[in-house]
Amino acid sequence: MKGSKSRSILPGFGLSLGFTIFYLSVIVLIPLAGVLIKTAGLTWEQFWDTVTNARVLASYRVSLLTALTAAIINLVFGLLIAWVLVRYRFPGKKLIDSLVDLPFALPTAVAGIALTAIYAPNGWMGQFLEPLGIKVAFSPIGITIALIFIGLPFVVRTVQPVLQDLDKDVEEAAVMLGAYRWRTFRRIIMPELLPPLLTGFALAFARGIGEYGSVVFISGNMPLKTEIAPLLIMTKLEQHDYQGATAIALVMLVASFIMLLIINYLQWRSNRRVAVG
Amino acid sequence: MAGAITAHLSEKASKRPKHITESPIIRVVLIGIALLFLGLIVLLPLASIFVEAFKKGFEVYVASVTDPDAISALKLTLMTVLIAVPLNTVFGIAAAWAISKFQFRGKNVLITLIDLPFAVSPVISGLIFVLLFGAQGMFGPWLAEHDIKIIFALPGIVLATTFVTFPFIARELIPLMQAQGVQEEEAAASLGAKGWQIFWRVTLPNVKWGLLYGIILCNARAVGEFGAVSVVSGHIRGETNTLPLHIEILYNEYQFSASFAVASLLVLLALVTLIVKSLVEWKSAQQQAEE
Repeated sequence: MKGSKSRSILPGFGLSLGFTIFYLSVIVLIPLAGVLIKTAGLTWEQFWDTVTNARVLASYRVSLLTALTAAIINLVFGLLIAWVLVRYRFPGKKLIDSLVDLPFALPTAVAGIALTAIYAPNGWMGQFLEPLGIKVAFSPIGITIALIFIGLPFVVRTVQPVLQDLDKDVEEAAVMLGAYRWRTFRRIIMPELLPPLLTGFALAFARGIGEYGSVVFISGNMPLKTEIAPLLIMTKLEQHDYQGATAIALVMLVASFIMLLIINYLQWRSNRRVAVG
Repeated sequence: MAGAITAHLSEKASKRPKHITESPIIRVVLIGIALLFLGLIVLLPLASIFVEAFKKGFEVYVASVTDPDAISALKLTLMTVLIAVPLNTVFGIAAAWAISKFQFRGKNVLITLIDLPFAVSPVISGLIFVLLFGAQGMFGPWLAEHDIKIIFALPGIVLATTFVTFPFIARELIPLMQAQGVQEEEAAASLGAKGWQIFWRVTLPNVKWGLLYGIILCNARAVGEFGAVSVVSGHIRGETNTLPLHIEILYNEYQFSASFAVASLLVLLALVTLIVKSLVEWKSAQQQAEE
């Protein structure tokens, strides 16, 4: 594809790129820039006081910790599910494979009320967990479960194609040389899976930090305890505290841009790996 | 941050000689853990929605989904989707054409920018439009003077939904069209085909299944968008409530059966989306086999 820069005989470059940039600016870039302009209206003290307020800090902590926990759990089980789907044969495999995408397709509010119903003290799971002293709904555990639901497809779907294209010969060779299964996994398979695993982890984590719909029902929304950052933005807006909402949002936006850059870098690296290998 | 990675399970990868797979016991245990996890995390919520929806009987279910407020929420949702999805489809095709068929500076930056809405929390996606068009927003006073309502009205809901579902179709098409290269299009062009002819006759038939899946996924997300729409809608019953917001209101009023009944409609939509996805994967696998 190199070198076709100005020599391409295909038409429509100006039109398609022009429209792309125009639409991108109108729908995404200009609205986002509005946040920056609005924040510029705050003095540094106002901004700092808002984002270091105890309740705001607690909400960042809840959002970060639950998203991180959920992403780690998804890392383990996402890999396991991808592994089982790619490598083993069992009845109903195709159906299970489709089911992995459900969290992508299901509206978040629907997931939220369903999970709350299950884990409420009188729910299907809650009634068994409550006597054991495990409170899931209206606690950070509930938030984490909602984020596991939301993030699962990211890990499975980034690992799956790489696992599928993994060369059997390398594994064969490892066996010939006398490596045991576990050693082959650790030394041969794992290094190949690391980039997609990290990408999937980062995607699930980034999505978890910003997630609102599936969390807001199950979290119970207690300030300092189970209040997530997006909900606090919502609360500030309802109180017409636009500057407060914007300040909290700016911190989250910066965090998610950094995540996006990391993710794109990881994807770029693993693509290059495939291209070189 | 594509939400749509179409990787189909190949039969080949699961056919493995004994010495490069695990022992039967380990295999069964691993499959068991995977299924248990999926059952707990995905299947259980799915089942609970239908059970809760029909808990008070079929009549309550029908009454809930035919309630005037539910119908008006459905209408608003449909209207929003009918504007947002075609807009994003046109954009997706234009972006994929520019990015996959031409070389230019800053292409990677452009792809990253297209991904931006994926990285933004839904609540913030709504907030940015309130900051622009809300009563205290930048254009607020001007809009009020001219009696134009954007926030707490249809335009705001459409804008927020379009923002959130912005990357879906583009992200589905770009890798697909990049993989197909430019040879076929160039051949058509050298034979004298015009731009639109090339697109309709050569490009579109090659990517139609991917495009269909992109549209369906974008549609599912547009129907189900909650956080962003929640910020801009104002929750006016019968006026600015979309289906997910209607579910929230019913739930907060402890009308659980009604809430789950309306939710079950959205579950059906999600299931249709998954079926279309399987169909698309099956079709594109067929296409590959033919080539």
